[in-house]
Order: sequence, then structure tokens, then C-alpha cells
Amino acid sequence: MSTLTLEERPLGSAAPQRAKLRVIDCDIHPAMTSWTEVHPFLERRWVDHLATYGSHLRHAFSEALSHPRMSPDAARVDAYPEEGGPPGSSLKVMREQHLDANGIDTGVLIPLRWNPGSQRNLDFGAALSNAMNSWQAERWVAQEKRLRASILISQEDSVASVREIELRAADRRFVQILLLPRTDEPLGRRRYWPIYEAAERHNLPIAIHVGGTGGHPSTGGGWPSYYMEEHHAVAETMQAVVVSLVVEGVFERYPGLRVVIMEGGLGWIPSLTERLDKHWARLRSEVPHLTRKPSAYISEHLWFTTQPMEEPERASHLADLFDRIGWDRLLFSTDYPHWDFDDPRYAFKMPLTEAQRDQLLFGNAHAFYGFG
Amino acid sequence: MDHDPQDGSVLRADLIDCDLHPAVPATSVLVRYLDSYWREMNSVRALDRLNLALTSYPQNAPLACRPDWAISGEKPGASLNAMQAHVLAPFKTRFGILNCLHGAQAMHSEDMAAVFCRAVNMWVRDEWLARDARLRASIVIPAQNPEMAVDEIERCATDRRFVQVLMLLMGETTLGRRHLWPIYRTAERLGLPVGIHAGSAYRFAPTSAGWPSYFLEDYVAQSAGFENQLQSLISEGVFAKFPDLKVVLIESGLTWLSGFIWRADKTWRGVRVEVPWVTRQPSEIIRQHVRLTVQPIDAADGAEALQRLVDHVGSDELFLFSSDYPHWQFDGHEALPSGLPATLARKIGTDNPLATYGRLAETIEEEAAA
Repeated sequence: MSTLTLEERPLGSAAPQRAKLRVIDCDIHPAMTSWTEVHPFLERRWVDHLATYGSHLRHAFSEALSHPRMSPDAARVDAYPEEGGPPGSSLKVMREQHLDANGIDTGVLIPLRWNPGSQRNLDFGAALSNAMNSWQAERWVAQEKRLRASILISQEDSVASVREIELRAADRRFVQILLLPRTDEPLGRRRYWPIYEAAERHNLPIAIHVGGTGGHPSTGGGWPSYYMEEHHAVAETMQAVVVSLVVEGVFERYPGLRVVIMEGGLGWIPSLTERLDKHWARLRSEVPHLTRKPSAYISEHLWFTTQPMEEPERASHLADLFDRIGWDRLLFSTDYPHWDFDDPRYAFKMPLTEAQRDQLLFGNAHAFYGFG
Repeated sequence: MDHDPQDGSVLRADLIDCDLHPAVPATSVLVRYLDSYWREMNSVRALDRLNLALTSYPQNAPLACRPDWAISGEKPGASLNAMQAHVLAPFKTRFGILNCLHGAQAMHSEDMAAVFCRAVNMWVRDEWLARDARLRASIVIPAQNPEMAVDEIERCATDRRFVQVLMLLMGETTLGRRHLWPIYRTAERLGLPVGIHAGSAYRFAPTSAGWPSYFLEDYVAQSAGFENQLQSLISEGVFAKFPDLKVVLIESGLTWLSGFIWRADKTWRGVRVEVPWVTRQPSEIIRQHVRLTVQPIDAADGAEALQRLVDHVGSDELFLFSSDYPHWQFDGHEALPSGLPATLARKIGTDNPLATYGRLAETIEEEAAA
């Protein structure tokens, strides 16, 4: 596995330094050039279904997101392959532009589009999850040793979800189970527990990445008008998911379960944790199944990816935030090839020691996933 | 007019409590404020027998009433005598602002909402404001229909003891939406801050992840709701359109504000072309237009949390004293955490509320001149 030497210029330092960065990127988005890429992995019935009915989700536009992004495909404009297709669809471009250029030791794939987990037709969702998992295995990880896959599941159907987990768990190239946070019900509710049981049994982490179309407005006060609001609101969705997992007692029931929250931001974690502790102390008679205070579950069972990195005006505030979350809970991610990509050299706008940098960019994820 | 030797402020007053909750003891007390049609409807439909308490505040939940403030057989907050004894006297409160949370704010019928909001405001005037000169009140409005809401604001505002417009955090749409702007235009014109109080009309799941199981989750989710509504007010351009408008976030939890500004400022830099009327970063807009009441302080160490927030936000002018009476947010007399520097305590307790509520400052000035 290659470890490239990258030029590194910490902000505020006059002389460029050269330092070796080892990087694990926990959030890379592969894309398909077209639906036909999954045809080989679908039964005829679903190929026809796809052609006739397409994706069927709980939002207004059949093909577009409910809040159009500020750039095409929410992508970096420099990430379009010359041979055509959307950003993230070409392994060659991904290698040149990202894996090689940014010295990525290991990259974890998070396929987002087509939302198999949110499909209203559960059988279609299950077939699509299965096909997209095979597609990840054959089209990506079989061809690029630096990449790992995530097990997609039709999360509203726990029976089908567990079936898919069982099918993939032995293949160690699949490193986690992917859930989307906007669901029919908050993810702590019991309909999802068979998924957690399977995850714990196979020692597979649960990754919860921004996304999903559960049909609920993206704020408790209704639908926002602007992408500026929608982009902010994904952090509040993650707060609700964390609270739900803790308060429903998921970690009481599955003490070996590990969860990584992806792309949900970091700034809210300390305040939410203290808020939950405070009000749990008042209202604990409502939730007697919790034997510990909420912060104990959060600090033991939850990890967080770093992109999009918070950018306080003062660097000391960022250090304070990391201190309060715990440096060992943070897993570096770039979100390649999306527009708000974080560059491993410049993402953390504060002074870091070499040890801290290595821990954030490499060590934490290495330990979390148990990469050999 | 006194001069404070500490900070040179020309205004002197004691503590100002920006969040007190009087409770309508029973719908029957409102009947005398209904017009003839609604009185007839009351006799036909027995509206006076409805318990219109909001789901957001279960009456017997530990949060709804501090145990040593509870009075057997009475709704928490229903007694003026109790409020006087429990908070106004011990805190030597100079002014207390009443925020009456009532089911009228969540009714589906706009007509019924308007008539009951009016009744609540009249009842607050007669049973609270008229009986204790320290008290002031927020105007409860039927935000379901902005035209009716404006009528109610204008009707109440002639009485200078109404110092704020009160809205529920989670109503029918996000709060920045333009159809609500007549409310903000009116509030700005009349010098009334808009207070947004925790709570939901439950038109939607209180979280974007769906309906939680427990009241604990609903309550914790309020702070996320405030984040969303603040982002809505900023994004839609409310503060660009109404440059003199102040918004007070009440019972919001406030420690989330650090993370909010870090995320919101960065997001704005990335996507501001979508909202070209937002010409300043959100943190600047917040410092100018947004205030927060302090209880509950969601931290193990409230003094440390407040000072950290002041540092993160870059201002000590955002926070307003509140007891959140009779909700159980603190014990003893720790409404402001001990260990706060005196200058910050004074800002929070007096200076910031006076700077926020023009009608309070006006009263102080009139008294000083008299």
C-alpha cells in the first residue's frame, strides 16, 4: 500500500514543511454512469421495473433531489470524467484525482444515489440493495485494493436487511452496514433492532450517512425553502438519530454495537450530549430501561466522520471542540467527489502535532475498522 | 437618572425575568372574553370543558413544575400568589415577562385560534398585569393566519404592558416563510421583539427522522428546532427585510449556539449565491438581532458554559435572564449559575433585557424622569 509524500502547509506557518501523511478516507461516493451498470445484478423482473417505474421515493421529484444543490450532481466541477458520466463514476479519475493525489491508504465507499434504503417498494429496495452491493464488489473493490465497500440494505424491511447482511458479512471487503438517517421512524425504534442484532453478531459497525427520504419534513417546524437550510438541517437529523439510539436503549440491548455518524457535523455533539444528560436526569422515570446516563452510551458507542469540518474563527475553539468530543472519536473523511470536499492537508484549520494529525487522518479509522 | 459606577450605563433596574409561564387554570375562565357566537358555540360544544394543555408540556411531567413549587390540585403556574412567592419576591424581580403557552396556538381552526388567543391575552391583562405592576406580557397570536395575528398584535400593543409577540417554535411552516412577514413587519413597527418559545403544534414529526417514542426525546429535540428556525429566519431574509426586528429564543437551551454559528457561517460562505439578500455571515446577524433566554442552561457547569458561549459567540449581549417558572430547570436560587463574573451577571440580568425590550427601557426612563 502506498504512502505518498504530500506537501503540507499548516495555516500560519511561513515555511512549507514536508511530512508524510497516512490517510484513511471514510467517505467516498462512487457513482454509476447509468442504471445499466446494475442490470447484471438484477433479476429480469426488476430490470423491467426499473425501466418502467424507476425510483419511487417520498418526495416531489422523481429524478432530482427536493432541494437542488449549488453545483451539478453536488460535485466538484473538476471531478467530471473526460469519458463522460457523473463525478465518481470513473475509477481511473478517482485514482488520479483522489486516491493517488491525496495519498489515500484506504477509502470506504458510500454509494448514495438511488437510495435503496428509502425505496417505498420494499422488494425493489431489497433487490436494488443486493445489486448495488454486488456492483460495489465487482466494479470497485475487486479492481482497486485501496477501496472497501459498505453493505447497503433496504432498511425499512428488517427481514430483507438481515438477509442481505448475512449474505455479505463473510466478505471482509464489506466493512460496515450503511443506514440513512431520514427514515420511516427514528432509527432507535424497535423495527430496526434486527439490523443491530446482525451487526453486533458479525462485529460490523453501523454507518449512518446523511440522506434518506423518510417523508418527514427536514425540520420539526416544516419544510425549508432553501438548500442553505437543508444543508444545515442534516446536522439536526443526526442529533435526533443519536438521541433515538440512546434513549430507546439500543446500546443497552446491543452492548457491542458501534455506530459512526457520517457527514453530520461535529459542533453539536458536546452541547447535545450535555442537554440529553441534563433532561434525562429530570425525566429518567420515563426511560427506566437506561441504566447509565446518556453521555456514557455516546462516548462508548459513537464515532463521527469529520467532513464538513467546522470552521470557527478562532483555532482554539476547534481544539476545544475536539477536546470535548474526544480526539479518538473522529474519523477523517473527504466526501469525494462532492463540492464540499475536505482536503486532508487543509481540513483542520488549527495547529496539530504530528501525532494528532496521524490520529485524525489515519489511526482512529484504522482502529475502528480493524484494517490490517 | 442614576449612573451605574460599574459600567456607566444610564439605566438602572434590578433583575428582569424574561420567561414566566402563567397557566390558564381552565378553559371556563376564558368564556367571558368570547363574543356572542363563540359563547353560543361554547354552550353547544362544551368548549369550556376542553383541556387545551399542549402536548409539549405534559402537566404532571417532572419538567413541567419544580417539586417545591407544586400546589396540590392546581395547574403549575395558575396562581399569581405562588409566582410572587416563588420567584418575583425572592429574586427581587423588577420586571417579569409572562409567556402564556396555550392550546390556542396549535388549533387547526384559524377562527377558533384567533378568538381564544384574544381571550388569553385579555385574561392575562385582567388576572395578571392588573394585579401586579411588575408584570409584563407577550401577545399570544394565531400565527396560523397572519392577518388575524396582525389584528391581535395591533389590538394588544396599545397597552404598553404587552412587550413582545409570542410564537410557538414548531407551527405550520418554517418561521422565515414570507407569508408570515406581516407579523414581523408589525412587530418591528411597534417596537416589539418576536419571542419564539419551545413547543410544537405537532403538524409534523418533531424531528426530521420521524416521531420519537419518548417525551424526553421531544423535549431534547426543541434545541434542534431552534437551530432550524434560526436558519430559516436568516435564509429567507427576515433580518434583511426588517432591520430593526429582534427575535428572542425562549427556553431554547442556548449551548447549541456555538456549533450553530460554526456550521452556519461556513455553509453561508459556500452557498450564499442562493440567498443573495443574506449579505452578512449568520454569526453577525445573530449578534445584532437574536437574543436567548438563559434557562435551561444545558450544561453540568452553567457558569462555565455561559462564559464559553460568550467567548465562542464573541458577545456578552445575547443572553437574557429567565427563571422559566414554574418549569423545573434549576434548584434553589440558581436561576443564574453561581460563579458568573458580576459584570456578565448584570448584563444578563438587566442590561441585555433592557436593550432588547424597548418598552421596558421606556418605563424606566419615564420613571426616572418623573
